Amino acid sequence: MTSLLTIRNGTAAPLRTIPILGAVEFAEAVVGAPARGRRVASLFALPWGTSRAPHLAVVLAHDDAGVLECGVTEIVGHRFASMTESCPEVHLFEREIAENWSVVPEGHPWLKPVRRWQTPNDTTTAEFFQMAGDEIHEVAVGPVHAGVIEPGHFRFQCHGEHVFHLEIALGYQHRGIEGALVGGPKKRTIHQIETLAGDTTIGHAIAYCQLIEALIEEPATARGRTLRAIALELERLANHVGDLGALAGDVGFLPTASFCGRLRGDLLNMTALLSGNRFGRGLVRPTGVALDCEPARGQMLLERLHAAARDIEDAVSLLWTSPSVMSRFEEVGRVTTATARSLGLVGPAARASGLARDVRAHHAGDFFGASPFDLVTNEAGDVFSRAYVRWLETRWALDFVRARLLGLPDGPIRARENVPSTLGASLFAVSLVEGWRGEICHVAATDDGGRFLAYKVVDPSFHNWMGLQMALRDQQISDFPLCNKSFNLSYCGHDL
Amino acid sequence: MLLSVLLHGFACLAGPVLMVGMIQRTKAVFAGRRGPPLLQFVSDLLKLFRRGVVLSRTTSWVFLAGPVIGLVTAALALLLLPLGRHAAWLSFEGDFVLFACALGLGRFFTVAAALDTGSPFEGMGGAREVTLGALAEPALFMGFMVLARATDAGSLSDMLGGSMTAAWRESGASLTAIGLSWCLVLLAENARIPFDDPTTHLELTMIHEAMILDHTGPFLALIFLASSLRLFVFSLLLVGLVVPFGTLETPVSVLVALAGALAVALSIGIVESVLARLRLVQVPKLMVASVLMAAFGAVLLVGNA
Repeated sequence: MTSLLTIRNGTAAPLRTIPILGAVEFAEAVVGAPARGRRVASLFALPWGTSRAPHLAVVLAHDDAGVLECGVTEIVGHRFASMTESCPEVHLFEREIAENWSVVPEGHPWLKPVRRWQTPNDTTTAEFFQMAGDEIHEVAVGPVHAGVIEPGHFRFQCHGEHVFHLEIALGYQHRGIEGALVGGPKKRTIHQIETLAGDTTIGHAIAYCQLIEALIEEPATARGRTLRAIALELERLANHVGDLGALAGDVGFLPTASFCGRLRGDLLNMTALLSGNRFGRGLVRPTGVALDCEPARGQMLLERLHAAARDIEDAVSLLWTSPSVMSRFEEVGRVTTATARSLGLVGPAARASGLARDVRAHHAGDFFGASPFDLVTNEAGDVFSRAYVRWLETRWALDFVRARLLGLPDGPIRARENVPSTLGASLFAVSLVEGWRGEICHVAATDDGGRFLAYKVVDPSFHNWMGLQMALRDQQISDFPLCNKSFNLSYCGHDL
Repeated sequence: MLLSVLLHGFACLAGPVLMVGMIQRTKAVFAGRRGPPLLQFVSDLLKLFRRGVVLSRTTSWVFLAGPVIGLVTAALALLLLPLGRHAAWLSFEGDFVLFACALGLGRFFTVAAALDTGSPFEGMGGAREVTLGALAEPALFMGFMVLARATDAGSLSDMLGGSMTAAWRESGASLTAIGLSWCLVLLAENARIPFDDPTTHLELTMIHEAMILDHTGPFLALIFLASSLRLFVFSLLLVGLVVPFGTLETPVSVLVALAGALAVALSIGIVESVLARLRLVQVPKLMVASVLMAAFGAVLLVGNA
């Protein structure tokens, strides 16, 4: 029954080759995806044809085969049948489409705004789920928090310390990036991409550049690709080590918390050594990278990495050998494999719930060169599991970066200096990258003038926020900060 | 005599401040940092006293009374405690009941002030504090009972002063149990790890901190001052119990007691550096252990007699 278009990560296909399915056929393809080993990487509305009427477009990832499947269907009369009840992972996607295009997903069980809380013709409700009963009380946290963190609103339905339900409302950081990208690429596009989520600068920049390369049919050079991989793993290292330290901090475990804070800084400084910016801005550019890593610089990087690796091992190992820490991490904030699968979680959160999902393993092509890739999973799905998956990935990344630095391919760092202002006409391209939080998915379609007709960004946080809500079911409210940190999701990546 | 009085006065003023500085320093060293100056706490207080006060419209006089009564009761408790072999400023038969009641009153008004704000965080903090206090107070009282019995004395000055040396010989087992129980009471009553994390900024996990989220400026300074006094008071209690001042010269014993309090601060710093916080549901269980330990001490003593 798969009449969908099959493409690979980082490749383009002419728009006209995407099959236009009937509404029923489309719904069957999406709803049946989990049963057939697919998951929804992206679901969005695509302006189609000369009328530019929004059509539903889906990108399904088939991990075992390492391919992506795409299809579209027409939205007739500003409404379509919601698929959320039978396929919960599209729940937020449908809400987003409803909000952006003023169409109604009929039968959606919880239709409310995703980012814009005052839509002009508001057919949706912004009410929170509420419980009633003696001694049931509601705790509201945010959007202004006690620490310097991003804004988000959390609504807990509690009975004493016990949390029955948590609902998270975001959107405070909505900047309208996807809309601003239409008609591009422009001069500022790469900079907008680098600030989609500041802590995932490299991840998003690589996803964008792969997309551009597919649309101009000019692949990145071998040296450029290797340097990108190094930067991507350095970004993962900095964030994973920072997260492990922050998890220790949340349970008041001082040694790991203070050392990991410093080590995260050291790792960010290594990215700065590569690119001049701690978050790696200005490094990744279409067809390669903008800055080279000379032998002397590579040597310095290796030395720093060696010192950091030793300290990281010391600081983090303390976590697993301290009973007081382990008793806080274990069996808290559990997300079962079944829940994780039905919500379509990605990244370390999915792997910690026993789902073998990693773009690096399934859709990366030769991105990682000759280095064997370890796909790390853990069954438990609790805070410990998410921490431990991060730790194993940290170890792998340390080895990987060292091996890659020693085996940097020769040649130019990028194939061409400037991106042409017009891309291939009427194309459709998908680019996936495993950022440190999980799968980053960029989808672009170009018009007949070679400009972006639509640009869809899915940050891993978009998939995973619902996972955090489920992790809090039947937990203690005092464990929320710990669970939250174990996911460490992006607000601006979600809000775009 | 005059020297002892002066030393006692100095210790009461300097002790609380030095203890706070000592804990900060110890934790800093464990974390690989140099840490703030020893007297940073004083600068922090002065800074807060210079600041303005923001008051929510939902609060009443109770909100302001909380910090004031908290400080007054903590100071009263300190006045009732002997330092080394030097008797307390205020001492009479059965003064330990006033001691415990003063601390209880302080807790009551701190919680009342928290509830007065109507904030869910403060209510949550208040509920947790009361749960903890309901278990800490029996442990404290049971300890006093054992001490009064073991030293045959009716006032804190007589119990914790010189007579403790003889009591250790007589009923060391009971006093050991009380000492362990009071260690937990000390950590719980002063919002230290593993019961509470005094440095956290996460409202949902706080106990003591959650109750003072809405206090600002001078009122926050009063709360911090009261907390440091309570820390000193509970440390002196523990020091008086375990250090046999015996036949030491009175002025020397005052200094020994102060040094003992600083040693307690050092230990707290070490505990906070190597232990993670308990999960909140486990906190009452540990406090029950503290009560049981104190009860065990009482049983041993009765059996002894």
